[in-house]
Amino acid sequence: MTIFSPSYPPRDYSLTGQSRQQAIDVGLASAEWYHSDVPRKQMKELMQRSDGPAIRDTVIWLGLLGLTGGLGASLWGSWACVPFFLVYGVLYGSACDSRWHESGHGTAFKTGWMNDAVYQIASFMVMRNPTAWRWSHARHHTNTIIVGLDPEIGFMRPPRILMTALNFIGIPFIFYDLRTLLRHAVTGLNAAEKTYIPDSERPKALFWARCHIAVYAATVLLAIGLQSVLPLMLIGGPRIYGCWHMYMTGLIQHGGLAEDVVDHRLNSRTVYMNPVSRWIYWNMNYHVEHHMFPMVPYHALPRLHEVIKHDLPAPNPSILAAYVEMTRALLRQRHDPSHYARKDLPATARPYRDEFHALEIARDGA
Amino acid sequence: MPWIDACSPQDIDAEDLIRFDHAGQTYAIYHAPDGTFHATDGLCSHEQVHLCNGLVDGDTIECPKHNGRFNYRTGAALRAPVCIDLRRYAVRLVAGRVEIDIG
Repeated sequence: MTIFSPSYPPRDYSLTGQSRQQAIDVGLASAEWYHSDVPRKQMKELMQRSDGPAIRDTVIWLGLLGLTGGLGASLWGSWACVPFFLVYGVLYGSACDSRWHESGHGTAFKTGWMNDAVYQIASFMVMRNPTAWRWSHARHHTNTIIVGLDPEIGFMRPPRILMTALNFIGIPFIFYDLRTLLRHAVTGLNAAEKTYIPDSERPKALFWARCHIAVYAATVLLAIGLQSVLPLMLIGGPRIYGCWHMYMTGLIQHGGLAEDVVDHRLNSRTVYMNPVSRWIYWNMNYHVEHHMFPMVPYHALPRLHEVIKHDLPAPNPSILAAYVEMTRALLRQRHDPSHYARKDLPATARPYRDEFHALEIARDGA
Repeated sequence: MPWIDACSPQDIDAEDLIRFDHAGQTYAIYHAPDGTFHATDGLCSHEQVHLCNGLVDGDTIECPKHNGRFNYRTGAALRAPVCIDLRRYAVRLVAGRVEIDIG
């Protein structure tokens, strides 16, 4: 066996198969999840919305995109354009994910139209249908890493190490995402998507998919007309050459942790990281905190962390440490489908409930 | 008319809400910024999450799980992923108590 050859049949992660029914049968669907105790008054303060931090960050984000994209384009054809495109690529192909995520929750700004505007822009940049993914992410929060119910499980067992490594250059997801947008634009939603997107929302999903595809088609035609890849360096291309930071931070959100548990402390990971990454990622390194209390805006997550950290597993001290923990678990999962990185809760956790550790549902043959 | 004694006005902070359970049903009772009281179903119409842990902001209540929003004065669903309005209940103040009409 090599790291590229799994030793057991893949588990059924589809939203319409046996795992879905099994999860429903054992009560994992829309279950009651654990929440750390936070006094109501304190939680209300943490949940308060403000336009200020997100306006500041969005002005910086869009300003830097314009500056680096403009300088990169003006220097196109010389090596001098490279550093500008390296920055532009990350701002476009990675920061778009956190902006999509936070504005999708409606917590980035206090003002609704600002959340909606950033959500539409970021959805285009990250190549996600804004309607379909809004519902997909709601389901992810309802059933986080519940097999058969969560449409956003990044690692499926047995994990595919090579394919995961390719994520850092946007492969294969850019092809999946474009194919999905094209399918939405032409034939509509599939059976799995219809399990979480209501009928009333389906025309919107088709409309936005057609808008996105039209812009990408125009960009390709412009590139052909100009006989230059520059238009694709500015639009669409950053999802390949600039998405590495999005996957670097995104893969460790849940990778290698428990499936089928109803405690975010056991299936999500909080990781301390540098301030630049936290700005690009809009503090989603506090991922346990975010899943436990999705009402808390990104700029208040560090304060929430201080309030409840006594009740959480020890955070991974760095991105590297998180990768070491995750990779060890993934490598073992190549031959042991029941293995996961167990997060030990602190002795002072209230309440310490060992049944959460024991809840993971054994799969066939495990 | 089945008016039910629910709570004291002092039980709910201004611009906040509480959960009120009665006869197997759960309700949300709101104290609006203008000092008026309102009541709706206690569970979000999206995925049956208790609204009592959500955020009251002006006339809206935001679900604590998926961030869907309702106008609690009208029950209107305002923001996805909620699409179905909340049921509203009449509220009155009688002898210093908040009562809701669950009929």
